[in-house]
Amino acid sequence: MAAWRLKSLMVAVFSILGGLVWASEPPAGDGHAAPQKKFNASEVIFGHVLNGHEFHFMDIDGHPISIPLPIILYSPERGWTGFMSSHFEHGHKNHNGYAMLNEHSIHEMKLDPKKFSVGDIVAVNEEGHYDASVTVYDLSMTRNVVQMLIALILFVWIMLKVAARYKKGEGVKTAPSGMQGMLEPVITFVRDEVAHPNLGHKAEKYLPYLLTVFFFILINNIFGLIPGSANVTGNIAFTAVLGVISMLVILFSSNAHFWQHIFNPPGVPFLVKFILVPVEFLGIFIKPFSLIIRLFANMVAGHIIIICLISLIFIFGELSAVAGWGASPLAIGFTVFIYLIEVLVAFLQAFIFTMLTAVFIGQAFEGEHHDEAHAAHH
Amino acid sequence: MDLLNVILLEATANAGGAIGAGLAAIAAGIGIGQIGKGAVEAIARQPEAANDIRSSMILTAALVEGAALFAIIVGFLAMVL
Repeated sequence: MAAWRLKSLMVAVFSILGGLVWASEPPAGDGHAAPQKKFNASEVIFGHVLNGHEFHFMDIDGHPISIPLPIILYSPERGWTGFMSSHFEHGHKNHNGYAMLNEHSIHEMKLDPKKFSVGDIVAVNEEGHYDASVTVYDLSMTRNVVQMLIALILFVWIMLKVAARYKKGEGVKTAPSGMQGMLEPVITFVRDEVAHPNLGHKAEKYLPYLLTVFFFILINNIFGLIPGSANVTGNIAFTAVLGVISMLVILFSSNAHFWQHIFNPPGVPFLVKFILVPVEFLGIFIKPFSLIIRLFANMVAGHIIIICLISLIFIFGELSAVAGWGASPLAIGFTVFIYLIEVLVAFLQAFIFTMLTAVFIGQAFEGEHHDEAHAAHH
Repeated sequence: MDLLNVILLEATANAGGAIGAGLAAIAAGIGIGQIGKGAVEAIARQPEAANDIRSSMILTAALVEGAALFAIIVGFLAMVL
């Protein structure tokens, strides 16, 4: 009975996904005025994984379906400028003395492809040529910013709503209900499995930070999985800020024994200290750096895999329409499989970031009691 | 000669990046496989400790995977830079 329902569900899911592929495939052949552009996989992949000035969902018949976002520019020479990104018409038009670069215009304006990339906003003069005398600072609300703010508002709203219910007394002496039921096991998990084992008696002090980091990363990971959304956690700037904040928390909770272990490790032969002390000192920075890279690489790799598998359909479609159709079920099957793994990875990476932060904080203030054990050992 | 140099350099950079990422994947597979083996054997010896062993396994796997992902990022940078 359950197997029958599962099979119907899978038929429905695959039919819908196959239908979506069919619907979004641009109609082939002769009705077209413009020639069909060759499918550029790397442009699609990087367009999805990097930041952008609009939420782009799909292209139908060469027309992009997207939500434009505000562009805010500051130039010391020209002052503040603000307008919607739709004025740029995806890089085809200049607006108000600024241009958004696409591959064509990088060539035309003879700009160095290593310094300028597609989507950058540069200042142009009246003829439309690059104006090198004007520096532009792009402070726009890009899609990463907007999505992060949406996730933040949702996160704060949910947490405050649940906290208000607890303060009223619901779910304190009775069983938790509603949203409390979803959050309480997760919060108790972080408190009992992550905070208390690593932080001991100081767990309550660090619990707000650990819970914030866990839920913030989790909700941004989950938002990034929605098709058409921005890749917030797969952005090195985002993870770098989280890593730096964790590093500051770790450093501010260190005690004298932590620094003594780094600069004068007990029980170590004198000559080995010349190697060990630099390594230990670098370790202070490398441990948060690994947190940064781990979260960034996991998220961006997952997104790239999903987009690559879907792009396989279009790459095969370039060879022949039959090959494209034949590749569809396989590619979609793999994509669904990887998608489910990515949901797991979303939770896992939030958990790992939180747990490693707790471990490093614990390492920073532990250690008065085993110095004698060290000396006795060696 | 210049064209040949450029073609060779770019192709080598891409090939180097791809080979590096492949090696990283092999290394991650071997490393995490051994973690899994140790964890499963430990649980078989002492089923009551399954929860502790499982959390140690996940923690260690994340650290090893972090190292593999360093290598993948470097491979990617080799292609792009």
